Amino acid sequence: MHVKPISQHFNDFVIERERARCINCEVCVRQCSYEAHFWDEARQFVVHDSARCVGCHRCAAMCPTSCLTIRKKPSDFRDNSLWTSTYIKHIFKQADTGGVLLSGMGNPQPKPIYWDNMLLDASQVTNPSIDPLREPMELRTFLGAKPDAVDFIHTPEGPRLKQPLPPQLQLEYPIMFAAMSFGAINFNLHVAMARAATQLGICYNTGEGGLHPDLYQYGANTIVQVASGRFGVHKDYLNAGAAVEIKVGQGAKPGIGGHLPGEKIDEEVSRTRMVPQGSDAISPAPHHDIYSIEDLLQLIYAIKESTRYRVPVAVKIAAVHNAPAIASGIVRAGADIVVIDGFRGGTGAAPTMIRDNVGIPIELALASVDNRLRDEGIRNHASLVVAGGVRCSADVVKAIALGADAVYIGTAALVAVGCTLCGRCYTGKCPWGIATNAAQLKKRQNPDVAAQRMANLVRAWGHEIQEMLGGMGLNSIESLRGNRDKLRGVGLNEVELNVLGIKHAGL
Amino acid sequence: MQAPRDFWHFDKDISGCGVFGVIDRARRLIPGSEPIAAMCTMHDRGNGLGGGFAAYGIYPDRADWYAFHLMCDDRDALERAEGVIKQFHDIRHSEPIPTRKVASVKNPPVVWRYFVTPKSNRPAWATGDEADYMVGTVMHINTRVPGVFVFSSGKDMGAFKGVGFPEDIADFFRLDEYHAHMWTGHNRFPTNTPGWWGGAHPFTLLDWAIVHNGEISSYGINKRYLCQHGYECTLMTDTEVVAYLIDLLIRKHGLTKREASWVFAPPFWDEVDRMPEAEREAFKALRMVYGPALLNGPFAILVTDSNGMMGLNDRVKLRPLVVAEKGDRVFMSSEESSIREVCRDLDRVWAPKAGQPVIIDYLPQGGAA
Repeated sequence: MHVKPISQHFNDFVIERERARCINCEVCVRQCSYEAHFWDEARQFVVHDSARCVGCHRCAAMCPTSCLTIRKKPSDFRDNSLWTSTYIKHIFKQADTGGVLLSGMGNPQPKPIYWDNMLLDASQVTNPSIDPLREPMELRTFLGAKPDAVDFIHTPEGPRLKQPLPPQLQLEYPIMFAAMSFGAINFNLHVAMARAATQLGICYNTGEGGLHPDLYQYGANTIVQVASGRFGVHKDYLNAGAAVEIKVGQGAKPGIGGHLPGEKIDEEVSRTRMVPQGSDAISPAPHHDIYSIEDLLQLIYAIKESTRYRVPVAVKIAAVHNAPAIASGIVRAGADIVVIDGFRGGTGAAPTMIRDNVGIPIELALASVDNRLRDEGIRNHASLVVAGGVRCSADVVKAIALGADAVYIGTAALVAVGCTLCGRCYTGKCPWGIATNAAQLKKRQNPDVAAQRMANLVRAWGHEIQEMLGGMGLNSIESLRGNRDKLRGVGLNEVELNVLGIKHAGL
Repeated sequence: MQAPRDFWHFDKDISGCGVFGVIDRARRLIPGSEPIAAMCTMHDRGNGLGGGFAAYGIYPDRADWYAFHLMCDDRDALERAEGVIKQFHDIRHSEPIPTRKVASVKNPPVVWRYFVTPKSNRPAWATGDEADYMVGTVMHINTRVPGVFVFSSGKDMGAFKGVGFPEDIADFFRLDEYHAHMWTGHNRFPTNTPGWWGGAHPFTLLDWAIVHNGEISSYGINKRYLCQHGYECTLMTDTEVVAYLIDLLIRKHGLTKREASWVFAPPFWDEVDRMPEAEREAFKALRMVYGPALLNGPFAILVTDSNGMMGLNDRVKLRPLVVAEKGDRVFMSSEESSIREVCRDLDRVWAPKAGQPVIIDYLPQGGAA
């Protein structure tokens, strides 16, 4: 009997192999980067160790005879509504190692999901619903600061602008690929995001990992991010994109920085990030040049200066308690786009306690930020983008009806290329070839196929958004934006309805 | 302006409707019997829960004074309103709006008209121009003085409206006794609110009057956008936003009627994309800046002011609108039959295309008729 630490006795999953169907082809052995499957030399067949299984389902998906089933391990502890197995296992792990609990992907806790408590409207009789297959249905969206009024010179040929508008990001869908750094996910997926965004006429965000030289050609559809570690930031980088985003916070881990383990930093990542190969890349918790709002203003204008005011500057914060006041400050500091990332937002690695307990739901933050900016008369001065837990096109429609200009999708884009949310991104062993830079794993993502899948997803959502818009009797997305009459709450209390600014269904 | 508490609880009313308008470009007078007859033919477009008319050129002897038409729950409410008006304006003339008893018009409010000029020694805090001052008074009375509603506030024009079929309302207000060089009329078919006198069309602000057939599905954002610019929607109907948007875009932001129509019913992006660059940039800017003012949903509206009339359909033409010409007269209506009823022999009849405004101005005064 081999001795294992206590935590490993209580593994989460169990691998079931239908012996009669297994042909010992060893596909599972090669696919599982956690080495849960292996060849038993003595007995001359494939065996497995369920304790190593992370529940990614790669082996089951690839098994040519479908002989593998991954189940949750049924060995339940005695019922206890306080001491659930999650907390017991946490303690076992920490007692083993003395370390901070780590997690990947977004907060999985059973906290309220307000998207599911909001319902959309549709036209009946008094206004006709519009069929997007036969009528134009416009989703085009512009992100950036807008003046309060248009200043025209009236000429015989028609109105002409006295001066051009501030720079705008033009999107053909109100959807963008969220910041996921090169390093956290691999180069193939960055190529895929860049190509999909270009195909779709939207943007993807580089995240904090810099921009690989091969991707400069997709600059018109790229948002380059500047985060606290300043990895990969230089003048050409700032000028390579269609917008610059200053990342102050992330929904999955508000208030703390980032940590890309050295294992994920290969030669290309090292070159792009401008950090030594194999050494951890640690982003500090705050920007050390932003200790207050006036410092943010300086950074915004430093970036505007260095990009010659050609591109909009976004500021991304995590949805925290005081988000409306912070957002107002950000707009007044000169940001053209405010990005709010909710507590469901994904991550490659975050301390579990922070991911699961810090921040607030994006729906509530969005509603109050939009109200606040309107009440202050500055909603026009910046666009509002939300991120963190957008799962489907209906979530997008609800976000826009609450007041968002556009949404970022991160997790959804990864699911499109195979991610099953096993949440072990920080190990660098992602068997789906996503959150890994290991050569034999990342080649599992073909950039062309991945780009097509991501583009398919956004197109599919686009069709659905058009159908929902048409159903409401609208033919352009700006008539939905902030139009909370189109939403009703179900199963929400009065405080929640007041924060969301919507009526209950039936009213 | 800060949004009112619980702004999302304001209801809007949904209604189908019939509209009619006639303008004599040479300012020859048209008797009230004409728009009344036209509206009668469209009786079935309403359900007796709202009718109204706007008439321009009806107070030539008092043309320099703002005419406030008020509807009040009772004499006490009128008293309160008069107190407020006196505080901000000099009342030049005041009288009950002449009415006659009509069997089908039940429980009419007290209706009164004041001809006023703003006080020359306005309070120091009143910084805007005269029009802002007038709008401020109207908004103040409508939102803060209980039981009173100002339903007309322009010069040499007036709105007359209430709960009933338009012919009954015309009878009640004795509109057959008025002559005007421009009329609009409205017949209403509300589907979800009890008839309220203030909720009938036309909607007015200063000398703007709007009659509208349709449902504005973008109301939820239009009203929030207006709130940011200091207009509070209180009338529980979507047409109100059109009146305020017109005031904002044209009077405050200096757009022309045509440009405002591009905000309400913008050309589709594929059309904009094909425009020459300078034009394209102008249209993009209009859409980017005024997207929240886009009127989405089916509508046919007639917008009138002291310069003339504009007819406009939504960008996919989901409501009927017919325009006809006869000499200096231009008619706009939901149905051609109503135009033929008052003018059988027409020079030209056409249905304007989706989103294409028809803008008819008066001929320059003293010019050829």
